[in-house]
Amino acid sequence: MIEEGKPIFVQIAEQIENDIIGGRLAEEHQVPSTNEFAAFYRINPATAGKGVNRLVDEGILYKRRGIGMFVATGARERLLEARRMRFRDEFLTPLLDEASKLGISPEQLTQMIQKEGVTP
Amino acid sequence: MTATLTQTDAVVSVGGLTKRFGSFTAVDDVSFSVQPNTINGLLGRNGAGKTTIMQILTGQDFPTAGDVRVFGEAPAENPRVLSNISFIKESQRYPDDFQPRHVFESAPWFFENWDGDLAARLVEDFRLPVKRRIKKLSRGQLSAVGVIVGLAARAPLTFFDEPYLGLDAVARQLFYDRLLEDYAEHPRTVILSTHLIDEVANLLEHVIVLDKGRIIIDEDAERLRGSATTVVGTRSAVDAFAEGREVIARESVGGLASVTVTGLDDASRRQAAQTGLELSTVSLQQLIVRKTNAPDTEFENPS
Repeated sequence: MIEEGKPIFVQIAEQIENDIIGGRLAEEHQVPSTNEFAAFYRINPATAGKGVNRLVDEGILYKRRGIGMFVATGARERLLEARRMRFRDEFLTPLLDEASKLGISPEQLTQMIQKEGVTP
Repeated sequence: MTATLTQTDAVVSVGGLTKRFGSFTAVDDVSFSVQPNTINGLLGRNGAGKTTIMQILTGQDFPTAGDVRVFGEAPAENPRVLSNISFIKESQRYPDDFQPRHVFESAPWFFENWDGDLAARLVEDFRLPVKRRIKKLSRGQLSAVGVIVGLAARAPLTFFDEPYLGLDAVARQLFYDRLLEDYAEHPRTVILSTHLIDEVANLLEHVIVLDKGRIIIDEDAERLRGSATTVVGTRSAVDAFAEGREVIARESVGGLASVTVTGLDDASRRQAAQTGLELSTVSLQQLIVRKTNAPDTEFENPS
């Protein structure tokens, strides 16, 4: 669940983002409280709060006073757009690095991707 | 000498604290502060000075030099300060004929926030026999008594000094879970000293690491996470990569070498991967081992 090497609050924010993108947290639905996140992931509540607040700052979540945190309308589409932008940096560049290390040419790589693509 | 107690002030502030025992310097010119309502790790090897500092902060020992403030006041023989503190230590002693229930029954006299219901729940959780003489308890059960007192006391400032000798992995997880739960509902300041750093790393908000009586790390836990990376590869590639970087540990076997460096940005990571180096993140525990274990020469940059 929680991995080394990345700040925990970033991982909490990403976990919530994944749940929104995957549809497990629907727009205008309530998200678990900071203390619930802390207990579930066994992390410091201040750290969990930092992850949640980051998404509030980005407008992905919003606060309803006295009730809790909710997923904003349009959050899913905005997250998808941001993730597409990051796809190149996080997946494509390392893929090309590894391929070149293994001596896989761009043509072979294209073939491999097409082959994977026809059998989803 | 008295300062007003306000919520925004540091709960603990220590300046230039030194403690000598004869010719041995246990704590050497240490300065730090602890913010209210945070869980802090006080970490380091045996003999680093952790327990000495906690004893001074809880008024059980006196500094040789330096200024120590707890809730803005000097802690020694100061009931205003000491009534707000609970100190759970590894070698807690109790009167010979005491049973755990006697400890829990007398606790409300010392701790005004004592929660008897919480204590009763924890007794169940830890399966502690409350009517057995403390002398007859196992090492783990004795530790459970201390952990229960430390949690149920809800003292505004709680010290746990290696609180769980003899507790098994299940009981330790129980302690972490109950600490987090109760802290979330009743925020307070916790200072936790332990050797089981990997187990508690995620609970901590702030980390202080001592080595030979001095502070070598005083940092937010989140900022420490992922701050160090071990880079492994051929000696020449590793040396080239480490050039000009802050190296905190270094090992080599034959033609292979590994260095632990701090503050790698994404570009450096990519550069390392492209030159065939393997990168792995260093856990808080590994970071501390490397910072406190290595001979001085290994802290120097390779040249």
